[in-house]
Amino acid sequence: MSVTHDARIQVRTAAATAQRTVVRGWPDVNNPAAWIVAAILLIMPLIANGFFLIEIFATTLILGTIALSLMFLTGYGGMVSLMQLTIAGFSAYMVAVFGVSGNANISLGWPWWLAVPMALTLATIFGTLGGALAVRTEGIYTIMITLAIGAAFYYFTNQNWAIFNGHTGINNVGTPHFWGVDWRWDIPFYYIVLAVAAICYFAVDYISRAPFGLALQGVRDNPRRMAALGFNVNAHRVAAYAVASFVAGLAGVLQVWNYRQISPGSVSVGACIDILIIAVVGGITRPIGPYIGALVFVLLRTFALDFLVKIGLDGNRFRLLIGLGFLAIVFWSSDGVIGLWQRWRQSQRPRSDHPGGGRGHG
Amino acid sequence: MDSVAQRLSAVGAGAALELRGVTRLFGALAALTDVTITVRPGERRAVLGSNGAGKTTLFNCITGDFPPTSGTIRFFGEDVTHFPPYERIRRGLRRTYQISALFPGLTVQDNVYLACRGVSRGRFSFLRPGQNDALMHAADSLVQAVHLTAVKDQRVAELAHGQQRQLEIALALAGAPRFVLFDEPAAGLSPTERAELVEILTSLPAHIGYIIIEHDMDVALRVVESVTMMHNGRIFKEGVPEEIESDPEVQELYLGGGHE
Repeated sequence: MSVTHDARIQVRTAAATAQRTVVRGWPDVNNPAAWIVAAILLIMPLIANGFFLIEIFATTLILGTIALSLMFLTGYGGMVSLMQLTIAGFSAYMVAVFGVSGNANISLGWPWWLAVPMALTLATIFGTLGGALAVRTEGIYTIMITLAIGAAFYYFTNQNWAIFNGHTGINNVGTPHFWGVDWRWDIPFYYIVLAVAAICYFAVDYISRAPFGLALQGVRDNPRRMAALGFNVNAHRVAAYAVASFVAGLAGVLQVWNYRQISPGSVSVGACIDILIIAVVGGITRPIGPYIGALVFVLLRTFALDFLVKIGLDGNRFRLLIGLGFLAIVFWSSDGVIGLWQRWRQSQRPRSDHPGGGRGHG
Repeated sequence: MDSVAQRLSAVGAGAALELRGVTRLFGALAALTDVTITVRPGERRAVLGSNGAGKTTLFNCITGDFPPTSGTIRFFGEDVTHFPPYERIRRGLRRTYQISALFPGLTVQDNVYLACRGVSRGRFSFLRPGQNDALMHAADSLVQAVHLTAVKDQRVAELAHGQQRQLEIALALAGAPRFVLFDEPAAGLSPTERAELVEILTSLPAHIGYIIIEHDMDVALRVVESVTMMHNGRIFKEGVPEEIESDPEVQELYLGGGHE
């Protein structure tokens, strides 16, 4: 019995190795589901109306990209940061402050192609400094420090009027117009969001197999051994925060263009924790997880309200549904929706594999 | 000229590893007390002693995992006492761990690749290694050297204990090691695997010296030319294997006493 078992493992490993040498590191190329999803996302404007395009799919991609930055830190680096939304919010504020908005006394009125790089640079510096503080700690203390940074930023934006315009925030933020296109129109904006999300997704996927990403996973698994192999562990962790901050900053730019305003409510502690929930519900070990989690979150947030009202409950109870869903997923799958999916696939597999195993035995 | 030579030898320029008066305290407990050791380049030495003798603490001080409370450590003449571990590793020091310290979430190949990358440039590289990447080839040959080619694409978490011990050694041999610290490499190995380990150790290039902590005398005394005995955080005897084996005091304290 054990011989058969071993043989089957051998066969499967050999097949996997062969596949890996063909497209080392880009397994998605061989996956028809990935091509179907890509095609649907590309032709989405033909299928979906403006509401679905922006309120559901663009919002999902933006939230998913923020959660992707958390997945990069947690899944590869073993660091749970609750300040990823804060970094995105900071970036959004900087776009509003340096760019054009309805608050002329605050905004400097720079064109978007200057304001956006400025916002991204500052957001990356902000996140890297926060990371430099957080890497001195491990586990629960990292969570506490990043949560403290998030909470401090929320209260600061509430109380600072000179730059952040207090609790009213900054409204009527300008969006890019060039080549005769208003890029905040639903369809062009959807494609901008899709492009940025796709670039971030593939960049994270690519880096995970590059020396930097492998070393980050080494730091996650065994920081002490990494130091004994010649790696400066803390420098690696801070660099990971820099990468994650840049990704979160990109999403922040999209977010402020999406809503055309930014206020403390968007950077509240609750919103910071939503990002963690999104990443965990989707699955924190692979880059696709955060986007799945974001879709679940956005769908629940949008439609649970109507559903709850229909059955006679308060619409604001949608968080109850999210909470229950979160509990259920964490209870049944430590790897979120992806984990459930993979387990379902594996439960399907033995039936198709069985004849092959039998032949090997004979 | 004489005085220059004297001064050079006084700072241990000729030694691969020189510890002077190294003491390590854990609170009130002295894990190491005034340890002075000089090891020549290419020398192979065993450190013996009962549990709690301070052998692993000695390794931790040499690599910087725990810096010494007092004393100095020189590596090929350079004072590395206050260097972080990664700076010592980049200068050619290597170590293995008593309890395998690997990266269970990564494949065997990636574990060894990380070890090769850690002691070369491009640790922060965002570019994936290509088909002809020199370090990937270096990793391949290391994997082969420790007989793990058949499992190189498996995650380390799935490996058998003996294979993990072999990988542990491969990680310590990446790049251009000048001196290696082996912490009980034979722990938990089968007799066949022990023979393989002895073969790996004896076939290391002659310029690579090492210190080995090993309880199995059959392994330890076959692969070294000198022995240091430790007891209660102090060195109490140094000599060639034959002397140590026949020393009555040693037999009382360790070889004989340990078995009773």
